[in-house]
Amino acid sequence: MTRRNIETLVGLFVLIGFVAIGYLALKAANLAAMTVGETYLVTARFDNIGGLKPRAPVKSAGVTVGRVASISLDGKTFQGLVTMELEKRYAFPRDTSASILTAGLLGDQYVGLNPGGEDENLAAGDTIKMTQSAVVLENLIGQMLYNRAAESGGEAKK
Amino acid sequence: MNLADFLPRLGRWAIGYLFRLGHAAFFLVELLKNIPASLRRFYLVVAQIHAIGNYSVVIIAASGLAVGFVLGLQGYYTLSRYGASESLGLLVALSLVRELGPVVTALLFAGRAGTSLTAEIGLMKAGEQLAAMELMAIDPKQRVLAPRLLGGIIAMPLLAAMFSAVGIFGGYVVGVLMIGIDPGQFWSQMQSGVDVWDDVGNGIIKSFVFGVTCTFVALLEGYEANATPEGVAQATTRTVVISSLAVLLLDFVLTAVMFSTPR
Amino acid sequence: MTSDALITVDRVTFGYDASRTILEDVSLTFARGKITAIMGGSGCGKTTLLRLIGGVYAPKKGTVSFDGEVIDTRNREQLFRLRRRLGMLFQFGALFTDLTVFENVAFPLREHTNLPESMIRDIVLMKLNAVGLRGAAQLRISEVSGGMARRIALARAIALDPELIMYDEPFAGLDPISMGVAANLIRRLNDATGATSLIVSHDVKECFLISDYAYLISSGRIVGHGTPAELTASDDPEVRQFIRGEPDGPVPFHYPAPPIAEGFGIGR
Repeated sequence: MTRRNIETLVGLFVLIGFVAIGYLALKAANLAAMTVGETYLVTARFDNIGGLKPRAPVKSAGVTVGRVASISLDGKTFQGLVTMELEKRYAFPRDTSASILTAGLLGDQYVGLNPGGEDENLAAGDTIKMTQSAVVLENLIGQMLYNRAAESGGEAKK
Repeated sequence: MNLADFLPRLGRWAIGYLFRLGHAAFFLVELLKNIPASLRRFYLVVAQIHAIGNYSVVIIAASGLAVGFVLGLQGYYTLSRYGASESLGLLVALSLVRELGPVVTALLFAGRAGTSLTAEIGLMKAGEQLAAMELMAIDPKQRVLAPRLLGGIIAMPLLAAMFSAVGIFGGYVVGVLMIGIDPGQFWSQMQSGVDVWDDVGNGIIKSFVFGVTCTFVALLEGYEANATPEGVAQATTRTVVISSLAVLLLDFVLTAVMFSTPR
Repeated sequence: MTSDALITVDRVTFGYDASRTILEDVSLTFARGKITAIMGGSGCGKTTLLRLIGGVYAPKKGTVSFDGEVIDTRNREQLFRLRRRLGMLFQFGALFTDLTVFENVAFPLREHTNLPESMIRDIVLMKLNAVGLRGAAQLRISEVSGGMARRIALARAIALDPELIMYDEPFAGLDPISMGVAANLIRRLNDATGATSLIVSHDVKECFLISDYAYLISSGRIVGHGTPAELTASDDPEVRQFIRGEPDGPVPFHYPAPPIAEGFGIGR
């Protein structure tokens, strides 16, 4: 096989290979969905972040408006400090509340933003004041058992 | 078997094994040292990518399609038991991109390209071609072996990507076209669940590592083969066995490192 | 100081592993511009000698010198320099099977020189012409016969016009015509280029026809050396047995075995 033919075929091979990689990256994975626009940082403190992980989505009304950038423990208040990157094109009022929700019953956790009514918007570096922690299943079960015990205890007293 | 002999024989075998391992490590370093020279004579590398990659495309694509079909089918049966059949796309994609793509491609590669390389080098050795080159003051490691190593390293990730891409298509054909899962769910679940860097990227890193491993083992076995027909035949068998085991073990190690730390 | 000898093998002892010594304290000289033959039975160490001269192995004792320079096998730069001055013809050609005839002969030129392709083409065709195969330039190696392969290998060996040409069993397995062609080529090449030729062979007749000097090796020692005429007239029993091809003599016919009576269970 001549040199030209071989080089052409190898070029074709490499091209197909890169197309395959590109296909995997774009169609199969979430490269296209990644925020390409500019973002601004906003923080929020939670009593319990539950299973929230970095890169988890931040949604409002179910639409992804940003990503969780980092999670750390606030040394003074001992609350979970979540830093979020929100897309610049979405502005939220200053009294927006943030809660940690679960996708589906047993799915991954994400941050849900519930917009408030103030005129002023959150600026870069602002902190969301009102937060709702994640629902921790063990606490829920403990609560339920406590309630049931209280109920039956109350009945026994009657 | 004489028990008194057993321990010394075991010891000799163990030391011999260490010796072979060390020898292999030196060989690998020699080859890597010669890679810059091969880059300068890139035509040699291109010819090898052709021999290794192009001729493997058909088997890789066919296998990828078949594996995609099976994933689609088996995945559907399992997922539908939990009412999660819309996640089929995600299941197929993750299985392929993270594991099956790199690993199965590497195993097929060892069988097809690996044996071909071993036999080729072994026969060159048997025909004194390598000795002739040395006496002509040309280092066969530079002229013959390093371009093949580079060719394998370049070809493998591309082949693995092709395998995964075709496999996803195969899963789509079975899941959406044959079984009737909603295509929107198929693709959207996949896209939200497969991460470009953590999944696709790690898969590519894996196939890179496998590429080095399989090609290097094939070249080593060929170079060290006994210069007889039986010697070459044994060497090709060893190539497949050692490459396959190495790939599977490395897969475990790499998976543990890459995927077990929670994101 | 340029001596008469291009290659000097000085009291060399060598074995591939510690248990077997292939060459025991052998000394040979190969005169410049002459054809010297190294002869002996199979496995006597002839090919090993070629490898020692080529610097592939290092002698356990003694030295090998090329043009007055002692060969140090660990000195890659020296090996590279010296190997460019020699050409070797392997027993079955050792042609590169993935290249064509032309590309095989062009190989050393392309690797070691920066000559333009047009010049390389001329040189290759000249070398092929010298061996009578100019018309076969475009054939693939799988398409050439054994005799042709050896001639192509010869063309490749002389591509860089080496000072030393080594032939490993150039006559083995050839038909009479090809043998005659080969012998003729070796002699003419040597005379035309002034090169020094070493022939390793066990074909007494052809070797004696073209060699100026010969060494006879048996069991790792030199048992005789001299011009073909001297060796033919020699009285030494080992030399006579080899030259005349006698089946029994210093090299015995029978493999060592217990006495025949014992073997067949008769007597005692």
